[in-house]
Amino acid sequence: MSELEELTRVLPMVGAESTILDDERIAHVVGQGHHILSRRSVPGLRLDLEETPEAIVGKMTIQAGVTIAQPIHMCFGLAHPTGSQRIQIDVFVEERATARVLSHCLFPVATEAEHRMQAMIDIGPGASLTYTEGHYHGPHGGMLVIPHATVKIGKGARYFSDFSLLSGSVGSLDIDYLVEVEEDGIAELTAKIFAHKTDRIALKETVVLRGERSRGLIKTRVVLEDNALAEITGITEAHAKGARGHVDCMEIVQGQAQASAIPIVRVFHPEAKVTHEAAIGSVDKKELETLMARGLSPEQAVEMIVSGILR
Amino acid sequence: MVEGAWYVVISPLLGIRDLTFRVSDQKILDRLDLTIQPREIHALLGANGSGKTTLAYLLMGCDGYVPAAGTVTFEGADLLSLKMHERAKLGLTLAWQEPARFEGITVREYLTLGRSNSNPEPMLVQVGLDPDRYLDRRVDKALSGGERHRIELASVLSIEPTLAILDEPAAGIDMLSINHIINVIRTIKENGGAVLLITHQEEVAAIADSASQLCNGRIIFSGDPAHVIQHFRGRTCVRCDGEVYGYVRT
Repeated sequence: MSELEELTRVLPMVGAESTILDDERIAHVVGQGHHILSRRSVPGLRLDLEETPEAIVGKMTIQAGVTIAQPIHMCFGLAHPTGSQRIQIDVFVEERATARVLSHCLFPVATEAEHRMQAMIDIGPGASLTYTEGHYHGPHGGMLVIPHATVKIGKGARYFSDFSLLSGSVGSLDIDYLVEVEEDGIAELTAKIFAHKTDRIALKETVVLRGERSRGLIKTRVVLEDNALAEITGITEAHAKGARGHVDCMEIVQGQAQASAIPIVRVFHPEAKVTHEAAIGSVDKKELETLMARGLSPEQAVEMIVSGILR
Repeated sequence: MVEGAWYVVISPLLGIRDLTFRVSDQKILDRLDLTIQPREIHALLGANGSGKTTLAYLLMGCDGYVPAAGTVTFEGADLLSLKMHERAKLGLTLAWQEPARFEGITVREYLTLGRSNSNPEPMLVQVGLDPDRYLDRRVDKALSGGERHRIELASVLSIEPTLAILDEPAAGIDMLSINHIINVIRTIKENGGAVLLITHQEEVAAIADSASQLCNGRIIFSGDPAHVIQHFRGRTCVRCDGEVYGYVRT
């Protein structure tokens, strides 16, 4: 089986089909390690990526005023048990452009490997980017996954990100996102993680509301079982009149797992407002009993509640 | 017994005898007796703190609700020896006064729990909610209290219970929609089920076949709903001590 086939065969695990690579209307990049296995662009999109011995490096630009109709698929991963992958990418969504990026991170057989991503995302005035990142890991753990990103959201621009790691055992995950929002801009960051075995999860998301009437939401849902550990930090700062932010973290802990949540809110303007809520614990007893009173076993009830939270 | 005659003994659906439940030294339920027959709607009235919801939780087997004494039989089986979901499998269910909210779970999923081939639409229609608007909504905080209550009743209806314990089913329901709630209760009975109806609302209690008044953890008056409502109305319990019930008219 080729490296391309090895990676794309698990695409359905993150909600995609390998046939997307054959569709000429759909832009894509497939990277294995530091090799680009496949790529396609579409009108309005510039993909300037290159292979180096240390990383896949480059730039992606959605040109001003363009709406990319089909999602742009970015498949990165490792087709082997060991190895390293580093990606350094700058993304420019120019003024009034709109795009949706589906990033598939695939590590089906990794046992001792590393995946690092360093991204800089610049969303111009009135532009919109929806970034969905889905991870698929095999059962082995042993990965070191370090996605770091800085995002600048221009005047009236929108950024929606949705990170999910719901299958397999990752090993160690260390996310660090910094998002700055200008006037009338919107940032919504959602993360859903199901950690197992000895997984170690560190998630830090920071939203800085710099502009007037800017808005930010950090929503995190983490379920931990076995001996997994998680530390979730959600930071929102509001610096301008009418800025509104909210941090919402929920962690469900099962087995010997341990979790901590650190919501930090800072307000630097009297007409700004930031709120937060955090809940850590076992599955809600009332939810559990309600489902059991309809005939579900305790195991079925927990499974249903957890799947709902991570949806 | 008359020699040569045949007697048919109909065992009750639910039989509660001498049921006692304590929290620390305080008796919440005190030697409570109650019987419910198949297809009977039995209204349970009582002031706040009289033990109505405690009885509901104890019958359903909620966590921490273990009686200090007494027996409960359900269709002849020892209910207290069963776990919560085992009681539900027998046909017992509970609609909470403050129903739980579920992140991510749709109304469609909630109304078809474990029965993926069932059609939830008639249940929503029965409680006065439009399936096109509600089936794909989530059973979460975005629903109003009244909407959530109606979905809870639709959920109870969907499992065709043998005995449904409804704890204040009309709480938060506007006056114009009370008839939907009453219709649900009647439908449970038409489907062959019985209802233990915990309520403060007289127009809801009035549809029952029988009623009881609970006071300080004991049933102090039972009979026709109209009489029990009359007994309950305008009186304030000041003391229940053994066989002596102290009341004042207000």
